[in-house]
Amino acid sequence: MKPTTVDTGRAYRRHLGRKRLTLLVLLGILLLACLLSVCAGSAGLGPGQVAAALLGGGTPESRTIVWSVRMPRAATAVGVGFALAMSGCVMQSVLRNPLASASTLGVTQGASFGAAAAIVALGTSAGGSVTAAHPGLVTLSAFLGGMATTAAILLLSRVGGASPSALVLAGVAISSMFTGATALVQYFADDVTVASVVYWTFGSLGRAGWGEIGLIFALCLLAFCYFFWNRWNYNALESGSAAARSLGVRVDALTLASLTVCALAAAAAVAFAGCISFIGLLAPHMVRRFTGSDYRFLIPGSALAGASVLLGADVLSRVVIPPTVLPIGSITAFLGAPVFLSILLKGGRHGCWR
Amino acid sequence: MLEVKSLNFAYRCGRQILEDVSFSVPSGACLAVLGNNGAGKSTLLGCLARLLRPQRGRALVDGEDLLAMSAAQAARTVALVSQFAPASRLTVYDMVLLGRRPYLKWDFTAADRALTEEALERLGLEGLALRYADQLSGGEGQKVQLARALVQQPRLLLLDEPTSSLDLRSQYEVLGLVSQLCREKRLTAVVVLHDLNLALRFCGRFLLLHGGRVYAQGDPSVVTPRAIRDVYGMEAEVRELDGVPVVIPSFSAGGAG
Repeated sequence: MKPTTVDTGRAYRRHLGRKRLTLLVLLGILLLACLLSVCAGSAGLGPGQVAAALLGGGTPESRTIVWSVRMPRAATAVGVGFALAMSGCVMQSVLRNPLASASTLGVTQGASFGAAAAIVALGTSAGGSVTAAHPGLVTLSAFLGGMATTAAILLLSRVGGASPSALVLAGVAISSMFTGATALVQYFADDVTVASVVYWTFGSLGRAGWGEIGLIFALCLLAFCYFFWNRWNYNALESGSAAARSLGVRVDALTLASLTVCALAAAAAVAFAGCISFIGLLAPHMVRRFTGSDYRFLIPGSALAGASVLLGADVLSRVVIPPTVLPIGSITAFLGAPVFLSILLKGGRHGCWR
Repeated sequence: MLEVKSLNFAYRCGRQILEDVSFSVPSGACLAVLGNNGAGKSTLLGCLARLLRPQRGRALVDGEDLLAMSAAQAARTVALVSQFAPASRLTVYDMVLLGRRPYLKWDFTAADRALTEEALERLGLEGLALRYADQLSGGEGQKVQLARALVQQPRLLLLDEPTSSLDLRSQYEVLGLVSQLCREKRLTAVVVLHDLNLALRFCGRFLLLHGGRVYAQGDPSVVTPRAIRDVYGMEAEVRELDGVPVVIPSFSAGGAG
């Protein structure tokens, strides 16, 4: 029987319901990952003790461990995961490039140079802490570094007309340049500062305080609002920029503003947690399998998946060789690089590289 | 009703592509833009779709200047169907719903969805509504683009070689739908076509471009053997078959004429 309009509408609503369910499942996974992250650690607290500490009970010692060590750590992972995954997702849309993300295009490395320069210039905070003296200024400097890279990427893709694969190669060149520049800054710094910068570039979720966590969540909220407001514009861009323009999307303005917000979010993540690569690439591609390229679901879905992956990677980094915490950046790189390669190969086979 | 008045377009530091192009198309009519490669057909369409900015000239849709409109206002006036259907990972339903983007406030309304469902049904796409756009055949993809253009509720419909990647049957189906929709909704359509016979079959008005200038415009009678020789540089006969003019090229391997 030929389906009628009523059936089409109903089928579409069911279809949307399934995609909403996907988001709910992702949210459930994230909550589980949070719990796991708070419970895992070398202090030997059982789930019962953790639960008691969370509710304000338990021993003072367990309360300190849960509230000053594990909770901030989990919250940092969630915030940084949100920021990196959302910015990767939107960069893939506006640059029309499945391999785009803050780390593959060099934005992370640019921000990392900015942060390193600021740490060296401003020094570390008193009391031998690993955090920098002025987190706000470090973030600003990281943002400027990230924006410089974004501007270069934009110039290459627009004016130079670079193809998606050429753009990623350009990202490689830009990241090596910034890595070199970071090394140069370290060369002229004193020992303590160098140690701080080197430790910092490993990427760590353990050094952000509640103030910084608040800042990154505020940035994530702003970025999410902006991205979600433009969700239909990103959907329109999926049909190419000419089609998007004919649907009334101001493509150039959208691209510029989106990349600026992406750079801001990625830079904040880098400033507080160091170089954490591939989350922005990994999360959107995982979610795309379930939601297609519908940015109504892809943006929140990527954010949830990115946070879960980062939490999972963090748990992994703590349980492999306890009580040593492995650098989080290395763990995500091990997870992300195979995905990057698989996208590269798949893209080559289907000939989607223009 | 579309009136184009002395449109001029040149690329920066490049040669003149369109020179003093003027023509008009009444509402409900379908205009075929003909000419050989490099005659400026796609550039003309790009200017009307506001993808390119002409240096001089005006394009009036029902008396309103298209080139002076805001992006959203223009998107409510003109819809574009491109040569290739986009292969995106969005459902057909969402692709068509995107046609309501120029009217979007925060989210699409029930009215937007009703229009989408109506357009899907009108083009026989209900069965494909939840299919991803990259799983469609060429003809189905072009129908999705048409459905999207329809829910845009434009007054001017632009089609850039809409049939060049389609098989024979889909070519007739898609162009048949276009001419039908134009009559039904009193739309003005401008179609860039390479196939003269398809143009003669489905379009009522013709614009022949040659070297960026208007060679001739008017009803099917402007497509004469002389015009084909001047515009395409080859000999052809025009015969009438069941009331439809048919172009029969007489091509010899040695070249034209």
